[in-house]
Amino acid sequence: MPCLTRRTLLAASGAALATPALAQPRYPNRPIQLIVPWGAGGGTDATARIVGTLLERDLGQPVNVVNRTGGSGVVGHSAIATAAPDGYTIGMITVEIAMMHWQGLTELRPTSYTPLALMNQDPPGVTVAQNSPHADIRALAQAIRERPAGTFRASGTGQGGIWHLALVGWLQAMGLRGDHVRWVPSNGAAPAMQELAAGGVDLVTCSIPEARAMIDANRARALAIMAPERNPLFANVPTLNETLGIRYSTGAWRGIAGPRNLPPEIANTLSAALKRAYDNREFQEFMSSRGFGTVWGDAAQFASFMAEADRAMGEAMRGAGLARG
Amino acid sequence: MDALIQAFGLVFDPFVLAVIAVSAVFGMFVGAMPGLTATMATALLVPVTFFMPPVPALGAIVTATAMAIFAGDIPAAMLRMPGTPASAAYADESYEMTKKGQLNLNMGVNLVFSVAGGLIGVAVLIAAAPLLAEVAINFSSFEYFWLACLGLTCAVFLTNADAVKGFLSLFLGLLLATVGIDPSAGFPRFTFGEVELMQGINFIPTMIGMFAVSELLRNAVSVRDAGHVVVQQVGNIFRGLGAVFRRYWLNFLRGSAIGTVIGALPGAGADIAAWISYAVSKRFSREPQKFGTGHVEGVVDATSANNSAIGSAWIPALVFGIPGDSITAIVIGVLYMKNMNPGPMVFTENPQLIYAVFLIFILANLIMLPLGWAAIKSARQILRTPRNLLLPVILLFCIVGSFAMTNSLYGVALMLVMGLLGWFLEQHGIPVAPLILGLVLGEMLEQTFVQSMIKADGAVLAFFERPIAGALGVLTLLIWATMLVRAATHRPAAIAA
Repeated sequence: MPCLTRRTLLAASGAALATPALAQPRYPNRPIQLIVPWGAGGGTDATARIVGTLLERDLGQPVNVVNRTGGSGVVGHSAIATAAPDGYTIGMITVEIAMMHWQGLTELRPTSYTPLALMNQDPPGVTVAQNSPHADIRALAQAIRERPAGTFRASGTGQGGIWHLALVGWLQAMGLRGDHVRWVPSNGAAPAMQELAAGGVDLVTCSIPEARAMIDANRARALAIMAPERNPLFANVPTLNETLGIRYSTGAWRGIAGPRNLPPEIANTLSAALKRAYDNREFQEFMSSRGFGTVWGDAAQFASFMAEADRAMGEAMRGAGLARG
Repeated sequence: MDALIQAFGLVFDPFVLAVIAVSAVFGMFVGAMPGLTATMATALLVPVTFFMPPVPALGAIVTATAMAIFAGDIPAAMLRMPGTPASAAYADESYEMTKKGQLNLNMGVNLVFSVAGGLIGVAVLIAAAPLLAEVAINFSSFEYFWLACLGLTCAVFLTNADAVKGFLSLFLGLLLATVGIDPSAGFPRFTFGEVELMQGINFIPTMIGMFAVSELLRNAVSVRDAGHVVVQQVGNIFRGLGAVFRRYWLNFLRGSAIGTVIGALPGAGADIAAWISYAVSKRFSREPQKFGTGHVEGVVDATSANNSAIGSAWIPALVFGIPGDSITAIVIGVLYMKNMNPGPMVFTENPQLIYAVFLIFILANLIMLPLGWAAIKSARQILRTPRNLLLPVILLFCIVGSFAMTNSLYGVALMLVMGLLGWFLEQHGIPVAPLILGLVLGEMLEQTFVQSMIKADGAVLAFFERPIAGALGVLTLLIWATMLVRAATHRPAAIAA
């Protein structure tokens, strides 16, 4: 085979490499991986799966939801940030990305990603056990204020997690110190609700949808939510503003992002598809059936939203003595 | 009631029934192969269950393990090689029966009493688990702390090995459990800056490594040929069973009771249940001199015990998230994966799924009768399966299963490292079950301790203030005191010797 020299082979392969760039089919032309930093079955996972299903229908390529759990979310967030920026690995990033770096857990921060869309935000609630002596949020707030620091114990997530910060923010808005109510770290909302039902803690500040199972089982009562307005699914739960006159609101949010330096045309394709998914009746119905809040932010809005959240979280965590370094 | 009807609907679905049938055959095969255990059967099912809804996923595990524990009796009688460690206690006895020409009777006794013992374990599970859940809903971190202590104590207390080796294994497990993000302060420990290590030592890849890969290594180094089946033709296995039952019905009840209790205790499963009930049978027998010569009495006790332990091991697993044996340690991982987080709330949140598991348990024990008969009849063929084909296939399943748990190569690497560690430990007579329990319960122990201390503001007496916590605490301390006294009184003799 004299004609097949090294040089012709090189030239041929060069040509072979070059042509697909010209004839490259439109993105996406193979399956997309959607990484979720939290476990299967949880709220983030459920939201990601419905988004994945709608994206799949929209883009005409399979969207595989992959749970990369552990490390308080670091493992999954890191997998999204370090993936190749080719649009075939994206992920759902959560409020923790604006918190973990303040705790010194990771170098990752909102700017480590190409934001694509903000899709959901859930406000914290205030839940007590069914047999709690406090009839409503006013009575509870008054009791907290009157008793010495450390009398009341609250739970909802780990130390320095979003629901811990919600408690600190609420206490500070009441003019109390952030540790006036003692925080008992838990492995998430469900174990915290179990502690509440067993009488181990006095209140839980997780979101109302997370407290729902115990509320439905008549073991817990929701007293308030820390949001500007009520949740239609739990319409009888008042806001802090209308009961205590405290304009404090925060929340856990979730959005879709890719690794940094995602090519703009791919980012635009994804952003547009996510907007259509968000507007889809199926998405809205699913979210409201679970009691999850929906909020839309396009790529630019999501970026500025995260920058603001990052700043606010840093401030709150320093104020609560939870930031390291 | 609605939930029960829903559960029937969930179980009597063609897909679920097909899964049960296939896993029954799979369980029979794995159990009958010497060296492949029921725990390994569960570990190998993990990647398959990953793609199934909760009911068939749990159904596959329930069915396969029930079959495997019975099927382990077949090679015990025919080759004197127990198919699973659960049959080890009476393998010699069974083999002696075979030599006396009583293979038919032995197989019949093993099959029928396995089914009956299994049903008793299931009945206790169905009756006790929901009741216990009602109590457990009032458990706070104090009670869980003592339960974790009790569980870890059982792991050492019940192991067959030397207590020091049990402790060594347990503490190794607790050490491994500290890797990752600390559950109370949220600070990374022993991660060496590796992001993957922040998720900690995931216990399913660890178990796949410890129970499957280490077994493969053992098989690979021992060049012993297991292919010589020296058995007489199996005839009518059901002849003479009536007489055995009339004579030894008390042994059957006692064996099932012991098995049920041991199964429900954390860390001890079917194998320990069989050893203890066999020993009890010999101790209280009117003819103890016949034991070891091919006497059916001890076999009745032990074969009922190991199957009854399977069902009751699910009690602590479902109610507290504390594994009753190494099989349910994997089950807990699968439950989390299927959003059926173990705990008292699972009975109110997903009652239909729990009832479905109960139904599958009953169903599995019932189909064990015809399938077990078929397995006994075809034992010759099963035992001839070439190992050089089997072992690579098992390794493949191990890799897929570990990958599926972490969605990364971290799980695979972890599984291989743990496989080597498990092999190394077993070569030195160190049991791996305490290590697994330490790994599974380590986080619960640490977290509930820190939570309790925070709640009590450092007052240790608070651990005894709540009535149930107080009772559990005193019980734990009593067991520790007994162990200390025993060690203190035995130590001088051991040193002198």
